[in-house]
Amino acid sequence: MMRRLLSVLHARNLEFLRDRGTLVFTLLLPVMLVIGMGFVFGGPQRPLFKVGLLGGPSDPLAHPFLSERYVEFIGLQQQGEALRKLTHQQIDLLLELRPPERYWVNTDSPKGYIVEKLLLAAEPAASREPVTGAAVRYVDWLFPGILGMNMMFSCLFGVGYVVLRYRKSGFLKRLHATPLSAFEFLSAQVLSRLTLILFITGVLYAGIGAVIGSHSAGSVLLLALVAVAGALSMIALGLTIAARFSSEEVVGGLLNVLTWPMMLLSGIWFSLEGSPRWVQWVAHLFPLTHVLDSARAVMLDGAGLAQIAPHLLYLGATALAFLAFGAWSFRWRID
Amino acid sequence: MSAAILEVENLVKQYPGTTAVAGVSFSVPEGVCFGLLGPNGAGKTTTIEIMEGILPPTTGEVRYRGEPLGARFREDAGILFQRTALQDFLTVRQSIALFRGLYAHGLEVDELVRLCALEKLARRDARKLSGGQQQRLLLAIALVNDPAVLFLDEPTTGLDPQARRNFWELVQSIKARRKTIILTTHYMEEAELLCDEIAIMDRGHIIAQGPPRRLLHEHFAEVLLELPRQEFPPAARELPLNIIDASDRVEISTHDLEATLRTLLEARVPLGHLRIRPGNLEDLFLELTGKELRP
Repeated sequence: MMRRLLSVLHARNLEFLRDRGTLVFTLLLPVMLVIGMGFVFGGPQRPLFKVGLLGGPSDPLAHPFLSERYVEFIGLQQQGEALRKLTHQQIDLLLELRPPERYWVNTDSPKGYIVEKLLLAAEPAASREPVTGAAVRYVDWLFPGILGMNMMFSCLFGVGYVVLRYRKSGFLKRLHATPLSAFEFLSAQVLSRLTLILFITGVLYAGIGAVIGSHSAGSVLLLALVAVAGALSMIALGLTIAARFSSEEVVGGLLNVLTWPMMLLSGIWFSLEGSPRWVQWVAHLFPLTHVLDSARAVMLDGAGLAQIAPHLLYLGATALAFLAFGAWSFRWRID
Repeated sequence: MSAAILEVENLVKQYPGTTAVAGVSFSVPEGVCFGLLGPNGAGKTTTIEIMEGILPPTTGEVRYRGEPLGARFREDAGILFQRTALQDFLTVRQSIALFRGLYAHGLEVDELVRLCALEKLARRDARKLSGGQQQRLLLAIALVNDPAVLFLDEPTTGLDPQARRNFWELVQSIKARRKTIILTTHYMEEAELLCDEIAIMDRGHIIAQGPPRRLLHEHFAEVLLELPRQEFPPAARELPLNIIDASDRVEISTHDLEATLRTLLEARVPLGHLRIRPGNLEDLFLELTGKELRP
């Protein structure tokens, strides 16, 4: 029995070692994740309080409060956006050092209460402007993230693996012998998956929303538009991955390389507020980041079309670019 | 003879380290069944896939009705590959309808179902068909556009004798509709039954081409004498005869039947189980391509 077992074991090991795609992704992906996570979440201990500095970052010597420990100072340019964050308790206090020197504090925020004490200890004469507003419940904040994550997996893996299976089985080769063009085939895949995703996301939105008591502050139609644009972009991204390859391992590896950074950096679980600027820059390359930013803007802040238009444009442009690249690089058969 | 519907000119297909097709030229007249025969690795499937327009040649050209392969050819060609998987979870009827939807013109789904004897299977999951049923479905799919030219790449490989004969009847009914058929096959019986003209390929070249009877007459005019191997005395192997060893028998090919029989009688070779038959396409095929096992 042992001889047979070893024989099969040896053959499987050879198969694994000779499948370079699997080998590379098996070895490389964990290394990349560890290095990436180290960069993004490494460094000194996280501060306890977040204070917005209106007008951008300042020299720590410019004001005694700026040298306080365990306080993170975040430069914010737009007063309206800064006050929105304060109202939702995404920052604990907002400080303007330009004349007239003043600060805003959310009187409903426990952390705001503490950090205000620290400010007044350093600058007793500071001018106070109170605001109110309950913190956004984490579940309300998380809700679009969960829907977006589900959409991402369905878009990338659903389409990627289906096309790969069609190619491996020879079904694509058979279709290639008909008048069907690559663009027509890919468009059909996109539309099929889009319909499915919109239906599922709609059901989840209504169902989970009813259970957790979450509702959109903005237009539901606008949310649907975000879902359409986001799904199109991510489905097209999945097709670019599946356009050429014929190995499950390579396609699976590439999809993992895409989904893991999106899972971590697109803001599904937590906000990247305060993370290094380059991390935020990288995050904004991902379609999912734009889906979540615009969905949260609509759901939590009641944003309109004008406010989320840049996100929609980015998603539309990436959908077209990915689809065009996918059609260009598409292979019907295994060479 | 009808005008050529397909012309293949100096076709070459090279892969790294190997030449699959090494300068093949031939033409296929409209309305005939043209057989492409050859041992494994001869270049048949590569040639037929280039003719189908799904594999680009390294050099050379295929013309359909005098034009390079293009949109018109795609609309007019029907193809049955050696191996094809269909979309999962579709019934027989739905699978045919899927492909029917890809063409501007063609036969009705019901007509295709009837033509390929699929009436009782129309609602069955296509994955649950037997080998012969599956081939009939794939033939129906190849016929959805009522093609002017139909490619059948080893269509009966792996089928049992009944399913194979049933499939041959279907192909003969398609031939009766004056369709041009390009057939590759390993089965010489199939080629003899269905093909009006054959080309025998070996090592990327066409080594013989023409109607089967003419090729037999030109290349294999001998008569074959078959004797059980165990009844053939070792001493008789020294006789001045063209003796060929088959698995369980000895074959002697000759132009002069009477002289050969006399030689055998004089050598006292037992002739109780002697069989005499004319040469067939398989004999010709083996004569031209050799009997050694290909690597």
